Amino acid sequence: MVTATSSLPQAEIPAGRKKKTQLTREKIRAAWIFLTPMILVLLAVAAWPLIRTIWLGFTDARLSVPGSGQWIGFENYLFWLDYGDGEGEWIGLLADPTWWRAVWNTVYFTVIAVSIETLLGLLVALVLNAQFAGRGFVRAAILVPWAIPTIVSAKMWDWMLNDQFGILNDMFMTLGLISAPIAWTSSPDTAMAAVIMVDVWKTTPFMALLILAGMQMLPGDVYEAAKVDGIHPVKVFFKVTLPLIKPAIMVAVIFRMLDSLRIFDLIYVLTPNNAQTVTMSVYARQHLFDFDNFAYGSAASTLLFLIIAGITIVYIYAGRVNLSGDK
Amino acid sequence: MRLRSQTSVMALVLASFVAGTAASAADLSIVSGAVGRDIDELRKHLDMFEAETGISVDIVTMPASTTDQFGQYRLWLSAENPDIDVYRVDVIWAPQLSAHFVDLSEHAADVVDDHFPAIIQSQTVDGRLVALPMFTDAPALYYRSDLLEKHGFEPPATWVELTETAKAIQDAERAEGHDRIWGFVWQGAAYEGLTVNALEWVASNGGGQIVEPDGEISINNENAAEIIDLAATWPGNISPPGVLGYREEEARGVWQVGDAVFMRNWPYAYALSQSDDSAVQDLFDITPLPTGPSGDQNAAGLGGWNLAVSEYSPNKEAAIELVKYLASYEIQKDRAIETTRLPTLPALYEDEDVLAAQPVIGEWLPIFQEAVPRPSAPTKANYNQVSQEFWTAVHATLSGNGDAATNLTQLERNLMRIRRAGW
Repeated sequence: MVTATSSLPQAEIPAGRKKKTQLTREKIRAAWIFLTPMILVLLAVAAWPLIRTIWLGFTDARLSVPGSGQWIGFENYLFWLDYGDGEGEWIGLLADPTWWRAVWNTVYFTVIAVSIETLLGLLVALVLNAQFAGRGFVRAAILVPWAIPTIVSAKMWDWMLNDQFGILNDMFMTLGLISAPIAWTSSPDTAMAAVIMVDVWKTTPFMALLILAGMQMLPGDVYEAAKVDGIHPVKVFFKVTLPLIKPAIMVAVIFRMLDSLRIFDLIYVLTPNNAQTVTMSVYARQHLFDFDNFAYGSAASTLLFLIIAGITIVYIYAGRVNLSGDK
Repeated sequence: MRLRSQTSVMALVLASFVAGTAASAADLSIVSGAVGRDIDELRKHLDMFEAETGISVDIVTMPASTTDQFGQYRLWLSAENPDIDVYRVDVIWAPQLSAHFVDLSEHAADVVDDHFPAIIQSQTVDGRLVALPMFTDAPALYYRSDLLEKHGFEPPATWVELTETAKAIQDAERAEGHDRIWGFVWQGAAYEGLTVNALEWVASNGGGQIVEPDGEISINNENAAEIIDLAATWPGNISPPGVLGYREEEARGVWQVGDAVFMRNWPYAYALSQSDDSAVQDLFDITPLPTGPSGDQNAAGLGGWNLAVSEYSPNKEAAIELVKYLASYEIQKDRAIETTRLPTLPALYEDEDVLAAQPVIGEWLPIFQEAVPRPSAPTKANYNQVSQEFWTAVHATLSGNGDAATNLTQLERNLMRIRRAGW
């Protein structure tokens, strides 16, 4: 075959290309056959609700008024309210300080929590990557916080953080670290810190796991070479390990970031309705169900989606994260 | 062979699942939030109902926060959920959920006149009676009669007196080694309960009712600011700092182990505080909530729970029967005796059995009759948002984020936004 092609290049190439095209076509067709069910399911469960949410954000839909949902344009986002006496003010989501407070809370939470989780996760992964007796057991044990449903762990921490009978205050008091019990979840100074602490406790194992997976892919010969050359382990870590596991870390951070930008359950259980910890999701839910502003809540959900998408795109470009797997 | 055994296992699992659901499926479902012994008491009455009528009823329990309950109910009702037949609803919810409930005015025509007219009125929307009252609620000031007597104090008549008395007793008791005691526990978490607490302070100080019956936004006034600023001195001083996260049950938790001199709470806490495992059994009494320094009214926030039949229930007849049963004289009497829930039938306040078993019910009648309603009627569908804005402003003040005057000015502006053209 090879010799035939090389001896008769002019005659063979069109035939070969035709054959190839046919094969490719079949492959593509097979791919589509396999992909179609998934695409249909995704359209039904992801695209349709998303489009519907965006559409509802432009209406005046209310849950208590069946059949409501007239198109009102951008009024949910920005609207000049005329008091009729020459005075007026901008209202709507884009002019709502509570919404921007929620955006700020979410971003603040994400930056702090994900940074701590990444650092701790890296440390834990380094420890777990080392050879020691009982490593398998420790690897399994460290996953426990991640395995507990968030609602359960949030409620658990809620009790541990209680100011009167919480174990945390009791321990700190016994150790003499604090002089009076602290109301962790209700005091405005500590509410956000408490939420971040519980989130770090819960999701550090996840980060550790992803980074550990990245570390296991590292070639052993590089380290042997470094050892032979007598390079200090700290230098090896910064010059060899870190650059090599950076792609894994970047992907892990994306996962956590997307998760924490949408954070809802932890805050809903731990510090419901505290202005200091209201996030975009909590705000949207409040308007959707508690306040009977279904349309306004939908508009907030749409903005939430846009903000998360925007942050992710910026992150992927700025961090040059390779998600497609191409070299 | 292997395939067959797998199939039979699957069939078995499926069969047990079907059998399981069939066995647990009752004729009706009632959904109810709960504090204290509410659920046990309800279960007892539902069993009595089943014995009488043969209709079995399941209870679907909900979290204690009424804000959470409301969100869930709204969601279910909007989705026209047929699984829940009867909802236990707060006194303020009727205007917001009325479209989803059955009009009971004809079905309950024979018993409506037995209830307090004001309560029936609160559950009537556009001429439709959407819920039958189960019990009514008005909070009182619980105080440790033993401690007040020991230190030579009278029950306080004003909030200022309460602050001073609580501080004095708390400090004296701590000096004697009772480290964990606090002067006053109440509900300061950012939720509906704080709205009621703060409304009581404001109304008792002549500061209005947040939004007046004619729709006017009245909250931004000096009397309101004065009393909220006073309340802001409590956390960390006479109240535990965590009071800003307390709801009813957290406050009762501190009170019932004997760690509080005063507590603001609803009648249900009375029977529980008198129970045998309570550290304060026979050591306490109740009095109307104090008045403000610039007011002359004892203001208790009007509460109360009612029973509504879902429009989407497949079994409305039985559900209506159940609601009437749970609102009946006999059941309300048992509820009053067992759990000190205030009856909605005037006749029960003269019932000898009730007065003999729970004399405090008689003391509560004047408190309830002077109770202040939350502004759910004038603000209609916007009530939840109004309430949330109010508790957020109060919670901010209590946490030390700005003084009351600043926060109330901001609140007034926010309420005007919500109101737009009209409520």
